[in-house]
Amino acid sequence: MIAEKNHMRRLGNQVFFTGPTVLVFTAVIVIPFLYGIYLTFFAWDGVSSTMPFVGGSNYVEVMQDSKFWSSVWLTVKYVLATVILINGVAFLLAYLVTNGIKGENFFRAAYFTPNLIGGLVLGFIWQFMFNNLFTAIGEHTGLGLFSKTWLGDEKLAFWALVIVTVWQYAGYMMVIFIAGLMSLPRDVMEAAKIDGANGWKRLSRMVLPLMVPSFIVTIFLSLQRGFMVYDVNYGLTGGGPFGSTVMASMFVYDKAFIRFDYGAGQAQAFVLFLLAAMITITQVYIGKRMEVEA
Amino acid sequence: MKSARFLVNTLVYTILVVSLVAFITPFLLIIINSFKTNAEIIESPLAWPTTFNFSNFAASMKEMNYFQSFLNSLGITLGSVVLIGVFAAMTAHYFVRNKTKTNGALFFAMVASMIIPFQAIMIPLVSLYGAKLGWIQTMPKSTLIFMYLGFGSPLAVFIYHGFVKSIPLELEEAAFMDGCDRRGTFFRIILPILMPTTVTIGILNILWIWNDFLLPLLVLQNAGRGSYTLPLAIQVFKGTYTTDNEKFLPAVLLVILPILIVYLFAQRFIIQGVTQGSVK
Repeated sequence: MIAEKNHMRRLGNQVFFTGPTVLVFTAVIVIPFLYGIYLTFFAWDGVSSTMPFVGGSNYVEVMQDSKFWSSVWLTVKYVLATVILINGVAFLLAYLVTNGIKGENFFRAAYFTPNLIGGLVLGFIWQFMFNNLFTAIGEHTGLGLFSKTWLGDEKLAFWALVIVTVWQYAGYMMVIFIAGLMSLPRDVMEAAKIDGANGWKRLSRMVLPLMVPSFIVTIFLSLQRGFMVYDVNYGLTGGGPFGSTVMASMFVYDKAFIRFDYGAGQAQAFVLFLLAAMITITQVYIGKRMEVEA
Repeated sequence: MKSARFLVNTLVYTILVVSLVAFITPFLLIIINSFKTNAEIIESPLAWPTTFNFSNFAASMKEMNYFQSFLNSLGITLGSVVLIGVFAAMTAHYFVRNKTKTNGALFFAMVASMIIPFQAIMIPLVSLYGAKLGWIQTMPKSTLIFMYLGFGSPLAVFIYHGFVKSIPLELEEAAFMDGCDRRGTFFRIILPILMPTTVTIGILNILWIWNDFLLPLLVLQNAGRGSYTLPLAIQVFKGTYTTDNEKFLPAVLLVILPILIVYLFAQRFIIQGVTQGSVK
């Protein structure tokens, strides 16, 4: 360690090197987080100068707000569907593009493309797909599933959101899986091959268990993003049809910034955060226990 | 044995090509339909355009104030990314080289904060910087950069921290012997060595900030269209686009084009950057 003898000098360097980030980190994350907790105990419209203290009644309201809970429940279903599909598709793609076939880099680059574009615009792009391409397919083939736009049907609009999300993140998670697959111990895999383990056995008994650390990361990321999804939701369905796809994040946004109920909105945001944090931490904890050494 | 191998390969390629089609069809459709008229789009979204309607693009550009929005996106993204890169590197370096209790606690707080999703603090953020301090009203773009610095720093400090640990201390001691002070050592020796990590962090932040929607919506929304970033600017078509794809699709293409062009040239770095960033 290199430390200055002079105290003033030392303090000066501490401020010079860590001051800007610590200051901004505190101003943008720490204080708003704490102030957010404080806000949940008040009734406030975001504008007026009076902010009456209401104790825990915002939380009582959250607990009794059935619309909030149905948006949370919808989010949970969405998270479940997307986490499974994203990870399944991403792992399959990663496995196939690391087997030494021709054009691997081209395929990887193509699958990653959706991640270059923000969720809002992806939502817009797919809105066009569902409203025009899918219905055109329906006209030509007569398939009932494509007879009218998915975005106008309450159940199908949900699956439209799932499809777009999987399309968006599969390439990203694939990249993480590729890194994991590349670092598998080659000698162990070779030994298994020589000992006569077939492709399926190698995959299920060796590759998958050794890939647990990658799965911890990808599931963590897909869980967190799923719980907080806003832009795809806003861009693709805008919450419709008839409010059937309003997910938790959109619900919170509307509560605070459209219905001007900051205190209750923040209480909902806080409950949502606790729920998401609990689930992601549990997932990481269980995942860590499943890790094996090569 | 050989035929089994052939069968497997065929299957692998089939899956890869089908996925490829699924992944790039949306982009291709946006591109070809951008040049068509509304009537042509409705008649057959898959058909090749019969005439190339470049006037669509001019109209979209004008309506979404394209150049101004593009410059806003560029300025905000570059400003934030440069600040995050420099400040986070300084902090991470100092944290690694001065393991005091304070620094340990600060580092821990930053890492722990990464579990807080943006939605959990967006309401207090708007209350504080809008209603209380008025920054959102008086200097929206700088406030946005300030916020990106705050949200981007923890991950950047974390990634730099991992990298600085692998730089031998002897290097810095030698510089000290030669009469270089702390700041000089950092800027002349450490920062250049950190370049590959800086590229990784830069890529992760560019992808996120360039495309971000919710934070600019909250901060820039009331500042008027002159301050909009591209994701905000394209919203002028919302509500009308279901009927007016003629203007909407060129707008979508115009918004995604800059980053697609960058990707074409820097593809290897971008994928590498994301890989390194996500594995740490």
